[in-house]
Parts: sequence; structure tokens; C-alpha cells
Amino acid sequence: MSIINVARIELLIARRNMWVATSVLMMAVFSLVLTLAGGAPTGSVGVSPLTVAATSITTLSVYLVPLVALLLSFDAISGEAERGTLALSLSYPLSRAEILIGKFLAHFLVLGFAVGVGLILSGLLVVWQTGNADMSFFPLIRLFATSLALGSAFLGLGYLVSSLVRQPGVASGAAIAIWLVAVVLYDLVLLGALVSDGGGVFTKTFFPWLLVANPADAFRLLNMPDVLVPELTSGISNAGLVSGFAGQLTSLLLWPVLALLLAWAAFRRVEP
Amino acid sequence: MSLLKLEKVTKQYGSLTTVNEVSFSLEAGQRVALLGHNGAGKTTLMRMMLGLTTITSGHIDILDTVPGDSQARRQTGYLPENVAFHGALTGREQLRHFARLKSVPVTMADDLLHRVGLNDAADRRIRTYSKGMRQRIGLAQALIGQPKLVLLDEPTSGLDPVSRHEFYEIVHELAGEGTAVLLSSHALSELETSTDRIIILSQGRLVANNDLASLRRNARLPVRLNVTATANTADQIAAELGGQRVNCSSVELTCQQDEKVALLGQITRLGEAVKDVNVIPVSLEELYRHYSKSTPEDQ
Ligand SMILES: Nc1ncnc2c1ncn2[C@@H]1O[C@H](COP(=O)(O)OP(=O)(O)OP(=O)(O)O)[C@@H](O)[C@H]1O
Ligand SMILES: [Mg+2]
Repeated sequence: MSIINVARIELLIARRNMWVATSVLMMAVFSLVLTLAGGAPTGSVGVSPLTVAATSITTLSVYLVPLVALLLSFDAISGEAERGTLALSLSYPLSRAEILIGKFLAHFLVLGFAVGVGLILSGLLVVWQTGNADMSFFPLIRLFATSLALGSAFLGLGYLVSSLVRQPGVASGAAIAIWLVAVVLYDLVLLGALVSDGGGVFTKTFFPWLLVANPADAFRLLNMPDVLVPELTSGISNAGLVSGFAGQLTSLLLWPVLALLLAWAAFRRVEP
Repeated sequence: MSLLKLEKVTKQYGSLTTVNEVSFSLEAGQRVALLGHNGAGKTTLMRMMLGLTTITSGHIDILDTVPGDSQARRQTGYLPENVAFHGALTGREQLRHFARLKSVPVTMADDLLHRVGLNDAADRRIRTYSKGMRQRIGLAQALIGQPKLVLLDEPTSGLDPVSRHEFYEIVHELAGEGTAVLLSSHALSELETSTDRIIILSQGRLVANNDLASLRRNARLPVRLNVTATANTADQIAAELGGQRVNCSSVELTCQQDEKVALLGQITRLGEAVKDVNVIPVSLEELYRHYSKSTPEDQ
């Protein structure tokens, strides 16, 4: 019951948060624009236009979803500790786990709304463009579910940072750093290693697993059928084959759980 | 049976001892003021009672359980010293949230908004509230769910004189219903008439813990009497009673509490020469200064 109450008040705050409204709008606009842009070469080799749209949106979501998740979560603990409301909340019959889960629930719903609105609009656009509603919506559903898993992982990481760092200013810096490392630098380093290795042991044995260990890359691999990624190095599509669907799914589902558990462990040690 | 009992409670931050072997207890219906200089350890003490920070040594018994226990938290109200509620919420939303957390009907939140005089502003965003209005939200939430014990850390800061008066009326009502109230404050004058007991901390040590009358008696600070003369008799009165002439028509005398009645008798016997007498009791402020300088042994 307390979880629901925490989630309720968080949703109320999110509803009036300019930044949340901006994220929803941003996700919707980008999804629509990418669907429109991706719609041009349809008819090629029998690929469903929805698959094309989902693939385009994936390339963007892999950056945006973690960003939105971190921005929703970095202030959750440190901000409340700073404002004194954490001390007050903890003087109520309310456990830390309930606070964390309640906040997570609210932020998960916000994320689901932001991603969902964009994807529904994209789906409608494709149906309208092709004049055909009789197609498989699986790529969009898969993209929605995996976006939520990816977002949850970064929500958890955001709470972790927020618990470890007292000042909200530092927490926001740390959150941006996590985003940069996880969705930008990690891939660059791996690609660099791949190039210098030149198809050696690293490429064959370690690289596929290192790639899938990053939830952002697992998300990318899950949502991009190999036929559609000629622009990616053959190394990456091979990697997708080695780790396989199970490996990618495991990574994407394990990360949220792990990140939330770590966040809880760190939150337990926060003195309000 | 005490609602709150502290035994030799000590708090250390590294090598800094901020609360040092403090013991006292609080009974139902008592209004107790916790006084002390900045950094004396008042806030730290309250945070320990609530389980918000650990106790280095000693023991706290709160509502028959340990600090932080959810049973104790359900029956405790707390107003932190510094709290900034989320500006995007309205006063009513914020207070109803707290009512839900304590599992009491949300209508109770509405009643409390009324009680702290926020009825008109209840549906405005807290962002638009004045400092005193925010303080009242804090007060209102501390009263939710008819707590048995209320801990208020500087509750009157930011309140205007009328609101302060209203606040002490609320405290009086609470005590009447059997709630124990512990409040810290730096505004001493208003506490004299509105508390049953005063606890003074100095450098983390408890230096006084008694009702005002006993504190006055034990401190043995002189009572001041101000005698106004009728005509040009001030010098004569000063000579007769052994006082100090302060201006052309009045004389100031000092005596111990137990000599006061005798001295008044002496003054009355001067008859016509005396126009008026004012007895100025030892103020809480003087007592506070006296006890703050003392060590725990001579309380
Ligand atoms: N988290 C902390 N880490 C280190 N020292 C602390 C911490 N919190 C409080 N202190 C120290 O403990 C002492 C008591 O602080 P406390 O806040 O209890 O004082 P106070 O009596 O409430 O003062 P004020 O009237 O200014 O509110 C101070 O010396 C303060 O510096
Ligand atoms: Mg204080």
C-alpha cells in the first residue's frame, strides 16, 4: 500500500514536471520523423515497413531511453535527502525498499508512457501510409518491451548514483557520465579493440560476450534483424549470432534486477 | 510509564562528541522544551530518537520499542528543522499523501489544513507559499494520525507572533489529549508560559531538566524589584532598603526568591513614600544563560 502511495505522489510530481513533458514530446516527434524517413525505401526485399520503422527508432532509442531514465532517477534519493523530505518520509511507517520500489514504479510508468506514445503514433503512421492494418506489429511490441527493460536498467543505475552521491549536482554529473560510457564510449572502445585485434582471439571469444554484457548493445541486437544492419561491421552481426537471442535477453533482463538491487543496497546506507 | 526514555545517550561523529550521555524521559501529556546553543545537539538528539541516525552508545526507548520501529513511527509526529516540500504539489496533495502513509482518512489532512490556517491556500502549489505557510504544512503533517509523541525541531521559526500564539494553543490542546510534545526552540520568552518542563543542552551535555519554578529556585538568581517613589523620596527609599537609584523617581532592589515576601513587607511599611512596586521574576533567558554556563554537576 505504501508503495502505491509513493508511486502516486511521484506520478503527480512527474505530471507537472516540464522535463517529463519534454521527454514525451521528444520521443513522439523523433519516432514519427524516423518512421517517415524510414518509409521511403519500402517495397525492398519484402521487409515489413514496420520492421524498417522499428529499426530506425531503435537506433535512436538506444541513446534516448537511457538518457530519459537517468534524468528521471538521478535526483530521486540525493534530491530528497538534500531537501529534507527523505528524513521526513523515513519518520513515517515506510521502509526504504517501499520508497525505492514506489519511485521505480512511477518512473517505469512515465517511461512506458513516453516510449508508448511514440511507438503507437509510428504504428498508426505506417498503417496510414500503407493503407493496410493487417500486418504483424511484433517489431513495435518487441521494441516497446525491450525499451522498458533498458530503461529500467538505467533507472536502477540512476538510483544507485543518487544514493552514493549526496549532492544532486554531482549526481547529475555522474548520471551523464554513466550514459556517455554505457551508450557511447563502451562501443567505441570495443570497436577499437576489434580493429586492432584483426579477427584474432579477442574478436571470436571475448568480443561477443563483452558486447552483449552492455544492456544498450543487447537492446540493439535484439531489435535489429541482421538483414537490416549492413552498415554495422560484420563483427557485430557475428557477435549477435554467437551470444544468441537467449544471451541478449538475459543481459537485458538481468541488468534491471542487478541495478535495482545495487541501488537498494546503497540506499540502505544513506543517512537522511 | 514513559513514552520516551533516554539513558546515557551519546553520539559521536568521528572524534567529535555531539551528544554526551544524555538521560531524560517524557510522559504522556507533557510539553517539554529542548533548549541549547547552535550545535548543542538538539537536532541530533531528535534524529536519534527517530532512528534516522545511529546511537553511538546508550539506549533510547520510544513508545515501548526501539527508534525506527514502524510501530513507533506510526504513533510519532516529526517536524524536521529544514524541510522543503516539493513545490509542484499543492498543500492538500502533500498532506493527503502523508495521511495515506499513516493509514488515516484523507479528510483528516483537510481538517489539519484548516487547523493550521491554510484552508484558503490548500489548493495552491507549495511553490507559491510564504516561509511561514510552508512551516505550517510541516506542522500539520506532524499532527497527522493523532500521534502519541510529537517531536518538533524549531517549530515556530518563520511564524508571525499571532501564528506562534496559535501554535502554542495547538500544543496545549495536544497535551490535553495526552500527547507528549518535545520541541526545540531559540525563542525563549514565549516558552515560559507554554511548557511544563525545560531541558537545556550545552555542548552535547544535559545541564538542566526541570520545570521553570524549580529551575528558578535552584539557580538562586536574584529577583529584581522596581520601586517607584511618590515625590522626592527616592534617595530615602534607596538608603532605607539598600537599593540602587536608577532615575529621579525609581529604585531597583535585588533579593533572593525566598526573601522576596519579607522585602515586599518592608516596602509596604514605607507607606506614602511608595507609589508603585514591580516584581520582575528571573526570565527564562537569564536562567538559560545561567545553566548554559554551568556543568551538569551543579544543576
Ligand atoms: N552529519 C554530521 N556529521 C558531522 N557532524 C555533525 C553532523 N550532524 C551534526 N553534526 C554536528 O553535531 C553538532 C550538533 O548539531 P545539531 O544539528 O544537533 O545542533 P543543534 O542543537 O540542532 O543546533 P541548531 O540550534 O543550530 O539547530 C554540531 O557540532 C554539528 O556540527
Ligand atoms: Mg538544530
